[in-house]
Amino acid sequence: MKFSTLLSLTSALALAAVPFVAGDAAAQANKKIKIGFVTTLSGPNAAIGVDMKNSVELAVQHLGKKMGGIPLEIVYEDDEQKPEVGKQKTEKLMQRDKVDFVAGYIWSNVLLASYKTVTDNKTFLISANAGPSPLAGEQCNPYFFAASWQNDQNTMAAGELLNQKGIKSLYIVAPNYAAGLDMANGVKSTFKGQVVGQDMTKWPDQLDFSAEISKIRAAKPGAVFVFYPGRAGVQFFQQYSQAGLKKDIPLYTTFTVDAITLKLQKDLTLDTFQTLWWAPDLPYAANQKFVSEFKKKHKDTPSFYGAQSYDTINLINSAVVATKGNLKDKDALRNAIKAAKFDSVRGPMKFGKNHFPIHNIYQQEVYKVSDTEYDIRTVSTVYKDLVDPYAAKCPMK
Amino acid sequence: MLLIFEQFLNGLQIALLLFLLAAGLTLVFGIMDMVNLAHGSLYMMGAYFAAVFTEWTGSFFLGAALALPAGALLGIVTEIIALRTLYTRDHLDQVLATFGLILFFNELARLMFGAGGMTIETPNWLQGQIEILPGLPYPSYRFLIILVGLLCAAFLYVLVQRTRLGMLIRAGASNREMVGALGINIKQLFTLVFGLGSALAALAGLMAGPVTTVQIGMGDNILILALVVIVIGGIGSLPGAFIAALAIGIIDTMGRAFLPNMLGAFLSPSDASTLATALSSMLIYILMAAVLVLRPAGLFPAPGR
Repeated sequence: MKFSTLLSLTSALALAAVPFVAGDAAAQANKKIKIGFVTTLSGPNAAIGVDMKNSVELAVQHLGKKMGGIPLEIVYEDDEQKPEVGKQKTEKLMQRDKVDFVAGYIWSNVLLASYKTVTDNKTFLISANAGPSPLAGEQCNPYFFAASWQNDQNTMAAGELLNQKGIKSLYIVAPNYAAGLDMANGVKSTFKGQVVGQDMTKWPDQLDFSAEISKIRAAKPGAVFVFYPGRAGVQFFQQYSQAGLKKDIPLYTTFTVDAITLKLQKDLTLDTFQTLWWAPDLPYAANQKFVSEFKKKHKDTPSFYGAQSYDTINLINSAVVATKGNLKDKDALRNAIKAAKFDSVRGPMKFGKNHFPIHNIYQQEVYKVSDTEYDIRTVSTVYKDLVDPYAAKCPMK
Repeated sequence: MLLIFEQFLNGLQIALLLFLLAAGLTLVFGIMDMVNLAHGSLYMMGAYFAAVFTEWTGSFFLGAALALPAGALLGIVTEIIALRTLYTRDHLDQVLATFGLILFFNELARLMFGAGGMTIETPNWLQGQIEILPGLPYPSYRFLIILVGLLCAAFLYVLVQRTRLGMLIRAGASNREMVGALGINIKQLFTLVFGLGSALAALAGLMAGPVTTVQIGMGDNILILALVVIVIGGIGSLPGAFIAALAIGIIDTMGRAFLPNMLGAFLSPSDASTLATALSSMLIYILMAAVLVLRPAGLFPAPGR
């Protein structure tokens, strides 16, 4: 009995080992560029991950599934919006898949838990969304780039927009995690009036904002600023309107209205104020190609999450092409990424010394395309070539 | 003063939703000795049913009226197919199996309704506010939740305390074997109670839908709170669940509402907000720990347990 168990176990192991050996040999023979892409593909915010994945697929298709003539493979991983799961999946990408680049990451807390696994192995990590302040300032990292933005940038524009609108007092509500704190700091750093109240809510569990909304009503601020990415944004808009505050106290948001949430928020977003780095109507050729081809391929409007993911793949491609596929020379590769020689959907952009983008931030608004369709368009440029406030603290050159 | 009253109403509204969910959970736990983690999935499915039926019929109330029996039916089918065999197993097996059911229902919801989530359209007159006191407008939908929640609590009280079925339920919570030995069809009773619990979960879900939107996994977080409620209230006890839900809803809301200002009086604003956020999310667990130390069986344990 024991012998037969041992025998079957051994043969199972032997069988399992065969494809591994063959696989490794094949990978050696025809070289491949492997990119690990971590995003959220399950849970309430799975729609964001799907949008990012769709955009990556579109970028891969536009590149002809090759980077600099070398076949390209993307390995997707689901972080379930949990830092510990994100870290595990990142380790899996590094150790089992042995990827050449790691990209993605929606949530700042997931990125902060995961990035060291990549950068300590001298592999480049390109964030396709999260831009937490620690990585932009003193802990800036030679192996980390953000193809998206630094968290504070977009909300600094919200603060400036509030000044332009002559708002004197502000109430801030944001979730209590790395990005929420950055977003609140961003708006406070540029807003010249008085912040009369600030609530940081439990993240991501708290979805009922009745207590906070009652406090807003009592505080009677000139405006409210909120940051609630993904589904929580739908809930905040709904409850804010149900409480009857929407018509009395103007609502300013960042990352709270996007092409995905808009399908549920609809009319609630009209007459509210948004600031962001990208909108589907930006008049650059690369952007128009991305938006129209995305609509054609996926029968849907891309969100800013998608735009960043599309940029991420094209940024990596530009570096692979510039280094002629030689990924061993890390310094040359870093310089090639930092040069950002690709057509970004946002138009002009360059990297600052902390590897975060220097780019424009716009005011945006939601408008009705038809009775049932909504879209987002640019209203004005709030900041031109905005450098994030942490870059000065970064010791890299 | 008005603000305190308004925050009290906010707390009450959360508490009543929590009670509806916890009522089913505590009955199933108390009478069948069955840990049903999938109770939150029935809450979610109730909300999805209401969203779909509201879209079909064009009326929120018709949608809700259809979603309730659908939720009860789903619960009964789940009980017959999956849970019935688990009654004699130990709690760990039940936890594992019903956790599997959570994953199953989340995936089922994604296949049936898509990953994007849904909204439930309420009639216009429910989207406004009503002035419950001079100078205090309150969202009319949240007010409706409070009314329905109180009505349900009263209905459950009458059902459990004044009817024959209620007598069996109470007897079942105290001594299951004896009820069976007296010739009551215990299987049928279990299925009935499970269906009732599922309908209550579906009701909680469909009422939360218009406030928090309908989404995959919406029952997972609130289930943890519901478990806290039944532990504090005493397993199998409806009055216990009611009192505990009230305590949790109100403490949670009041903590979020007033702790930052209170701490701000003697701490720097940034410290106060960090500490207040941490404290207010811990308050209910501190309460649970305190109750467990003083009364390990909960505030109102079912007699004979």
